Amino acid sequence: MLKLEKVEIAYGIVPVVQGISFHVEDGELISIVGANGAGKTTIMKAIAGRLHLRKGSINFRGKDITKLSSPDIVRMGITYVPENRRLFTPLSVEENLEIGAYIINDKKEIEKNLEFVYGLFPRLKERRKQRAGTLSGGEQQMLAIGRGLMANPKLLMLDEPSQGLMPILVTELLNAVKKLKELGMTILLVEQNVQEALEIADRGYVLQTGQIITEGNGKELLDSDIVKKAFLGM
Amino acid sequence: MGFFLDAITSGILMGLIFSLIALGLTIIFGVMNIVNFAHGEFLMVGMYIAYWCNVLIGLDPLFGLPFSIAAGILLGLASYYLLVRYLLRGPMIAQLFGTFGLMLFIRYLALFIWGPNFRTVSHGLLMGKSMLLGNVVVLDLSKVVPAIVSIIAFFIVSYVINNTKVGKALQATALDAEAASYMGIYADRMNALAWAIGGGTVGLAGGLMVNFWYITPEVGLLFVMIAFATVALGGFGSIKGAFYAGVIIGVIETLVGVKAPSFKFTIVYAAYFIIVVFRPQGLFGWKE
Repeated sequence: MLKLEKVEIAYGIVPVVQGISFHVEDGELISIVGANGAGKTTIMKAIAGRLHLRKGSINFRGKDITKLSSPDIVRMGITYVPENRRLFTPLSVEENLEIGAYIINDKKEIEKNLEFVYGLFPRLKERRKQRAGTLSGGEQQMLAIGRGLMANPKLLMLDEPSQGLMPILVTELLNAVKKLKELGMTILLVEQNVQEALEIADRGYVLQTGQIITEGNGKELLDSDIVKKAFLGM
Repeated sequence: MGFFLDAITSGILMGLIFSLIALGLTIIFGVMNIVNFAHGEFLMVGMYIAYWCNVLIGLDPLFGLPFSIAAGILLGLASYYLLVRYLLRGPMIAQLFGTFGLMLFIRYLALFIWGPNFRTVSHGLLMGKSMLLGNVVVLDLSKVVPAIVSIIAFFIVSYVINNTKVGKALQATALDAEAASYMGIYADRMNALAWAIGGGTVGLAGGLMVNFWYITPEVGLLFVMIAFATVALGGFGSIKGAFYAGVIIGVIETLVGVKAPSFKFTIVYAAYFIIVVFRPQGLFGWKE
């Protein structure tokens, strides 16, 4: 479905991502894990059309999307739920969701997506008239994901959804991500929370200073020495 | 007492025009964080359009309004697509000087084409007519009707921004253009829309003002200064803020003007100064 080939990205002359390749297949939940500054968000923003590649290409469902802008990427079927949620805080929960469905013109479809999001996160429905900025951290993250789902994505990219949440909420949130996958959504998840992200993933990639140092299925990676040593302190 | 009421009502009427002038400025600022220094010149062009419609084809200023609005929209779009879009690539200071340059360009182009003479529209449906309010206050129709049109314009613009899809997209871009782009919203189009609304509303203000104000290439200066104070007082980017702040400034201006006409703008800016010291985000600061 999504395929990155030898992607290099630099900020000015500083290389941040150095020739990485990976792929996501239909219905998969893929986790990219790595420490702060490993280049995770940079990769996500490049796929989302925000950053230019220095080299390499990005393919989505057989089409080259390397040079598309962010609004065009959404129309291709890739939604990016950015780091730090980036909600429209003075607007209500429901308005945020409506803006998420900006590319959809069919009112019935928007209504259907809204029901889907409310079904997934009932708490959002209770607070739909509330300003997004007044929600708790966990609810805000649910809203950010819900807003991403409103565009009917074929691929949902989640950038550090667990950031700033307390452990019990992290588990709850990642369970929701898992549920989404079970409903058939293809998901690319980027996380610092290595253990939990790999537990729910079909496959994972471990990123270090802009390079993929190892890959494999989620459980294998968790048992591998390289992950244990680098991230889990074992 | 009647004297006092007179000053207050005419202050409110004039204030509603100040509000309408500030509306476009605050929208452009809200969406793009750019101060349009040429805003007063847009107003001036709106006034000249109404004037020439009157002189050349005998159109009453009221019926010339659509032309002033159209001229404002075109001017806004042209400014955005031919200048401002390129300024965005540069540093903040380039944007500041860019619209400042646009201001000088339009002002002196008008001076070149139309000359420095003061012009006025001398006949019109509204001119020289007045009505009595409760037998105490005399209302000048040439100011009442523009004030009502201003309220209608505010109502329409607020409705569009708060209740339509494109309006919400505009708000999203104003709040976080990057996040909005991830929702599929093209920032470029939203910026252009902000300039179109900004130009259209100030063009409308110009068309209304020829009913009671003279027209010269320099006329924009005074009003854009008031508009800056209005936008800052109301809160940058706030539509509701522009509305109330315009009225407050109008009332202060006429009340002081009754006693000390030469100091009226001093007091207006002093009031603005005091308010921003205590409330830097303005009365209705919107963004966080």
